[in-house]
Amino acid sequence: MTWFLRNWDQVAIALWEHVTISLTALSISFAISLAVGIVAARHQRVYAAAIALAGFLYTIPTLAFLALLIPVVGLGRTNAIIAMVAFSLLILIRNVATGIRNVPFEIVDAARGMGMNARQVLARVELPLALPVIIAGLRVAAVTVISVTVAAAYVNAGGLGTLIFNGIATDHPPKIWAGALTACALAVGVDLSLAALERTLRRRRTA
Amino acid sequence: MITLRGLTKRFAADAAPAVDALTLAIGAGEICVLIGPSGCGKTTTMRMVNRMIEPDAGTIEVGGRDVTHVDAVTLRRSIGYVIQQVGLFPHLTIAENVATVPRLLGWDEARIDARVDFLLALVRMDPATMRDRFPRELSGGQKQRIGVARALAADPPVMLMDEPFGAIDPITRGSLQDEFLRILRELGKTIVFVTHDIDEAIRMGTRIAIMRAGRLVQYDTPEAILAHPADAFVAEFVGTDRALKRLSLATVAAVATTSPPPPGAPRVASDANLRDALSLLLAADVDAAGVVDAAGGVIGTLTLAALRRSLRSDPAAAESR
Amino acid sequence: MFVDAWQYLLLHRAQFATAFGVHVTISASALLLAAAIAIPAGVFAARKAGAALAAINIANIGRTLPSLAVLALVLPLLGTGFAPSLVALTLLALPPILTHTIAGLQGVEADVVDAARGMGMTPSQVLRQIETPLAIPVVFAGLRTAAVQVVSGAVLAAFIGGGGLGDFITAGIAMMAMPQLLVGAIPVTLLSLSTDYLFGTLERRLTPRGIR
Repeated sequence: MTWFLRNWDQVAIALWEHVTISLTALSISFAISLAVGIVAARHQRVYAAAIALAGFLYTIPTLAFLALLIPVVGLGRTNAIIAMVAFSLLILIRNVATGIRNVPFEIVDAARGMGMNARQVLARVELPLALPVIIAGLRVAAVTVISVTVAAAYVNAGGLGTLIFNGIATDHPPKIWAGALTACALAVGVDLSLAALERTLRRRRTA
Repeated sequence: MITLRGLTKRFAADAAPAVDALTLAIGAGEICVLIGPSGCGKTTTMRMVNRMIEPDAGTIEVGGRDVTHVDAVTLRRSIGYVIQQVGLFPHLTIAENVATVPRLLGWDEARIDARVDFLLALVRMDPATMRDRFPRELSGGQKQRIGVARALAADPPVMLMDEPFGAIDPITRGSLQDEFLRILRELGKTIVFVTHDIDEAIRMGTRIAIMRAGRLVQYDTPEAILAHPADAFVAEFVGTDRALKRLSLATVAAVATTSPPPPGAPRVASDANLRDALSLLLAADVDAAGVVDAAGGVIGTLTLAALRRSLRSDPAAAESR
Repeated sequence: MFVDAWQYLLLHRAQFATAFGVHVTISASALLLAAAIAIPAGVFAARKAGAALAAINIANIGRTLPSLAVLALVLPLLGTGFAPSLVALTLLALPPILTHTIAGLQGVEADVVDAARGMGMTPSQVLRQIETPLAIPVVFAGLRTAAVQVVSGAVLAAFIGGGGLGDFITAGIAMMAMPQLLVGAIPVTLLSLSTDYLFGTLERRLTPRGIR
């Protein structure tokens, strides 16, 4: 505890690094998944192919993936971000596609009947109504990304994992605790916040 | 066959009881229909007979035996149980579904197989093709046929049916009701039948028990309830068209005379119910119709006056109208 | 590069075999332990609404914790080695198995259970003959998720002395030796994919025909 208080700046830096990497990865992944998900929602074969590929990537063990990227992109943040994007694609694509598909047909039908074109239906009806499911996927993706970032410290990506590895290497438990507990707190905090957001969105959208 | 004495159930300590000191006797071979508005306690009462809900007070007798405190599991194996959503086991074949209770009772395979085939045929489903199908391949009406077959499997003397045809489309419902009436009467089962549909109650019931707020309001034959509703609530519950409903319970043959019909009069079958006959007379704008038998030969006359008299057969009925 | 990796593997056959063996052993043990705890707990919790909700909430929190963080937290408490790694991996595998067991049992339609009870099945007969077959697909989906997670987590266990293929990877990264790294990374990836495939097949096989 005392170590934590005396070195909270170290923890803060690591936390900041952790958050920035995670957010970057999540944004990229979300952008890709949104695009792919919208297409996949309409075309079953695209869906099947996307899910198969993303599922394959998801099954690769975290550290193995990071390691396999080293010959390709070396060490550092890029490596970590690529891995994180790969891991979070599955849940995000699946949730975007499912969320859109689950919008009740009669609502989309009414929207079209009122004269909205496809893009307007998507932007004003389908996506807003699919939002709770998409946020649910974002929640799992965020937690996954935070988790990968912890391990990614080993390939020099920075983040809270550096405290953990440093602590193990120097046999300094307080450092390990600081890194591990902060990472857990971050993950749980993000999860609970997004869960609350998901709940609010769901309530507003139920007829 | 079934006697309920002072049966009471309270779900919340301070609220009114769901079933309040209910006393009811059902004779062997009778179909007793429990009916009433939502929350009247009809389903709770039915579920106390097989102890799916345990009564707080009162006794239940089945076949002369007090079953209020016997082992519930054994009791249920001797009572047929049919619920609205059927509850077929999706992972078992039709044959396995029907064989459930006989298996629980330890019948031997040969006996079970024969019984399953018999029951499938009884509910008009071809055993050869249906035995090995799965519930998801069946329509709603077919599922409930299997549900009834399953309940009859161990040949229980008593059956409980909770709105069994409620989830079935109206067109199929009528034919299912007729079919099961025939089967159940033929097999001589004693039935406790819950419904919220007064027409179904009149059609299916030997006697109807009208319930309200956990209490029994009137318990009598359909004809008697329609002719003499016990109070304003019952009168409204059975519907302001209860005179027409009463007519549907009687046939032309009971009211027709043997005199020849007027010339040009429309024809009505002798086994048609009086409600349909009235509709025919009104549509043709005549006072009399010729009654024909199955072969089409004229055997008598049905007059509007005779039809009205049939409702007036009880002087008390004339006053309560 | 791959040729180098292959040669490295041939040179260190025995070491690789040990690491592979440890990896499989620790993964399988963690999965079995977690199942032995989480499935009965799930069966118990599924019956009581309050317990089910509590169990799911706890499991959800467990699911969000970064795997490496959990492994790291065990280190100061239990030290390094096989046993602490086993404990950590078991903890990681508990949440998905628990939530899936509860979801699987609660997913059995109430009417089906009502009919079963009403016909005179004892509670254990209902569980054995009706609820279990119908819940198995979901439970096995949970086991599948847990299995993949454990194989992946076992790689990280190298950091707390758990052995396994992670040793090759960490050493490879530390010394920037690609052949060594690949000898760890590729086989463990194949192991993970095979595990997923294996459990997927099991899941399909164990799903009763009537609900496929």
